[in-house]
Amino acid sequence: MPVVRTVEATMLGKLDWSAIPFDQPIPLVAGAVVLVAILAVLIWVVVKGHLPYLWHEWITSVDHKRIGVMYILLASVMLLRGGSDAIMMRIQQAVAYQSQGYLPPEHYNQIFSAHGTIMIFFVAMPFVIGLMNLVVPLQLGVRDVAFPTLNSVGFWLTATGALLVNLSLVIGEFARTGWLAFPPLSELSYSPGVGVDYYAWSLQISGVGTLVAGINLVTTVLKLRTKGMNYLRMPMFCWTTLASNLLIVAAFPILTATLAMLLLDRYLGFHFFTNEAGGNVMMFMNLIWAWGHPEVYILVLPAFGIFSEVVSTFSGKALFGYRSMVLATMAICVVSFMVWLHHFFTMGAGPDVNAIFGIASMIIAIPTGVKIYNWLFTMYGGRIRFATPMLWSVGFMVTFIIGGLTGVLLAVPPADFMLHNSMFLVAHFHNVIIGGVLFGAFAGFEYWFPKAFGFRLDERWGKAAFWFTFLGFFATFVPLYVAGMLGMTRRMQHYDVAAWRPWMIVAAFGMAVLTIGVVCQIVQLVVSIRNREALRDRTGDPWDGRSLEWATSSPPPVFNFAFNPDVRGEDAYWDMKARAQQQSLEHEVPEYRDIEMPRNSPTGFVCAFFATIMGFALIWHIWWMVILGGLGAFATFVVFAWRDHDEYVIPAEEVARIDRVNLEERRGLVSMAGAT
Amino acid sequence: MSMTATAGRAQADPHHIGVVIEHPGPASKRIVTAYGFWIFLLSDIVMFSCFFAAYAVLSGQTAGGPKGSEIFEQGNVAIETVCLLLSSFTCGMASIAADVRNRFWFYLGMAVTCVLGVIFLVIEFREFADLVARGYGPSRSAFLTAFFSLVGCHGLHVSAGVLWLLTMMAQVFAKGFRADVLRRMMCFALFWHALDIIWVGVFSVVYLLGSGV
Repeated sequence: MPVVRTVEATMLGKLDWSAIPFDQPIPLVAGAVVLVAILAVLIWVVVKGHLPYLWHEWITSVDHKRIGVMYILLASVMLLRGGSDAIMMRIQQAVAYQSQGYLPPEHYNQIFSAHGTIMIFFVAMPFVIGLMNLVVPLQLGVRDVAFPTLNSVGFWLTATGALLVNLSLVIGEFARTGWLAFPPLSELSYSPGVGVDYYAWSLQISGVGTLVAGINLVTTVLKLRTKGMNYLRMPMFCWTTLASNLLIVAAFPILTATLAMLLLDRYLGFHFFTNEAGGNVMMFMNLIWAWGHPEVYILVLPAFGIFSEVVSTFSGKALFGYRSMVLATMAICVVSFMVWLHHFFTMGAGPDVNAIFGIASMIIAIPTGVKIYNWLFTMYGGRIRFATPMLWSVGFMVTFIIGGLTGVLLAVPPADFMLHNSMFLVAHFHNVIIGGVLFGAFAGFEYWFPKAFGFRLDERWGKAAFWFTFLGFFATFVPLYVAGMLGMTRRMQHYDVAAWRPWMIVAAFGMAVLTIGVVCQIVQLVVSIRNREALRDRTGDPWDGRSLEWATSSPPPVFNFAFNPDVRGEDAYWDMKARAQQQSLEHEVPEYRDIEMPRNSPTGFVCAFFATIMGFALIWHIWWMVILGGLGAFATFVVFAWRDHDEYVIPAEEVARIDRVNLEERRGLVSMAGAT
Repeated sequence: MSMTATAGRAQADPHHIGVVIEHPGPASKRIVTAYGFWIFLLSDIVMFSCFFAAYAVLSGQTAGGPKGSEIFEQGNVAIETVCLLLSSFTCGMASIAADVRNRFWFYLGMAVTCVLGVIFLVIEFREFADLVARGYGPSRSAFLTAFFSLVGCHGLHVSAGVLWLLTMMAQVFAKGFRADVLRRMMCFALFWHALDIIWVGVFSVVYLLGSGV
């Protein structure tokens, strides 16, 4: 017997049948449903013969637009997963008054940990990175990002992380430690299971993906701009992309290092954060928040950029105070690294340090306030169209101001001592992350959807989705502010205080309204796909846009622009349209040239495949498989480095044929505009 | 026509600053690649800075175990340092050889770099193995945890560098000095020099400061 056990341990590490939660119906049923859904989709894809199309056009694609779309798809799917967790938590807290509710503590703890991890790393991050990928090269007037294949690698590594998190639902367990896995709770002595390992390895792997995306986008913005696209002519979204990705490059290595230390503690008995042998738990707090606070701005800065584009387009005016907006963005970028300690005022730093960080935290509200005023003044005197993206933007301004103000309140150390880790805090950060990042992501989704797919989204369902989400949000989270004021702490599996109960019930009701908003968005997508002919965007410029992404067709050809656009000022495309009307578009036929584009490559997908194997093996201590995964990933890169043809040529005639169609549509548009 | 020209200029300088330098357009592949790799190196240095910070915090936490001055052998460290600094020089020679497409000097430069790197790794491995054998492994105290992690992280980077170096040589052998191969060689050289800079930090913070305590 012992021999058998050793062989098993060598082959399978810690993995055995007890890893499957046969005794817990909820994860088992949920896992089974997901598995059946995935299998059904796979079978449908294979039977219908879509597999070659998917492989050649999407999975191996290095086109920034396709990768952007896949990022957003990943984020949307994970939003449903994270949202289900949220619904379960709100129901639990609504029923668990003087009772255990329906979720046992060890399961409830996994749910709030998974909810936070998923929503930040696998919803908010891929959503904003997806939008940046899709839009930034178009706005800069270039053909692709700086490193197209690496871009694909980054996406697929993010997907690997998401896959591992979901795998923990069925095989083993997820962390019960909260979304940042504070030690000593997350150390081996207090969390001996594989939950924290799932958490840490999925974040390590997706973290590499995020770092790659960050390097790629910084280089793209700084080194690949079309002729005449000076820094101070870039659209605001490009500026916020730059700031956000600079933060990624500077902050994500801190997360990588911190999680590596935690893993060393867990796997090899190191003493970074243990209670014994001189380990220092506060070092984890400082390191994780030195990443964590910039992370907040990594998420919200791109959203600010989206709102800038949307508000200016739908007000029919140039962005008010463009340069002050640039300055505010870069100020936030720098100051965001100087406030991390406000996440743990209560943990003994002393009054002087707390005061400094409190003041720094309040200072960061100033550039944010500048932005709000700039958006308001952009709207002032404009001819505002309340299309769905604009609704999300206005909804954001209202919501985000409230969230920002409660944030300033929490930045006052004495107040924070009362409210630290209370439901008030939970309400605050949902107020800024949903009201800021998610509303921004939805605004960007509605705004750029026609660019990505060539047809607009249904406005009626879009507006319904906005109103349900907006009202549902307030109905869910205002009660949490109150409960926090009444002393309710976060992450409670059950409670005995009668005064909290009504607020938890109202919040659960709000969650239902919020869910209707999400359903409306799914219906919107289905309805729009069905009516796509009626909603078709033939001109490439459905919103009367101002920046270069609207200068090409919808969806853009693989090369984006037949010619590198020549930019002469801010709002490059608006300027072009104005000039075209004055001169009634020159009718001479331009001279087309061959275009070289990067070849598709399975490198990203194959590399992520091996990363998944390696991650899974590391979690379960299956060492031979770790080596296998590592060798596979290295071999993938060598094969990639050995290929002889990394580009293909699109002949000039083909470019001309594609471009002519778009020019014809556009001429029609300009002459119509000229007539009115 | 003159109308539009004026309009164009007004657009180019909306704030009437007077000087407008037009951006010339996308940079060349060589510049883009090197620029991206520099940014990666900066991020890598940020990661190292976390391990440096952890070392600074934990270096006094010996938990009854040995202090730095009791376990560091400056002779070995001196040889390690000489190896790495020399290898930076030979790596530079290999880069120059690649730029002038001289295979012999390229292979020689890379081979010597590789040997020096491996000597460095062997000395470091023996230092680690010796400490572990004496019961001073990373689990002994928080100080040793931080020491093994910081120095080991650099060592892992050097190991990855050696692997990259050998791949680079094989690639030049198979593909010659192609433009993309030269770009990769440039990145490798940047990587190798950056490891040297980090070693200077490790040498100063860990071994020099530690030996004095």
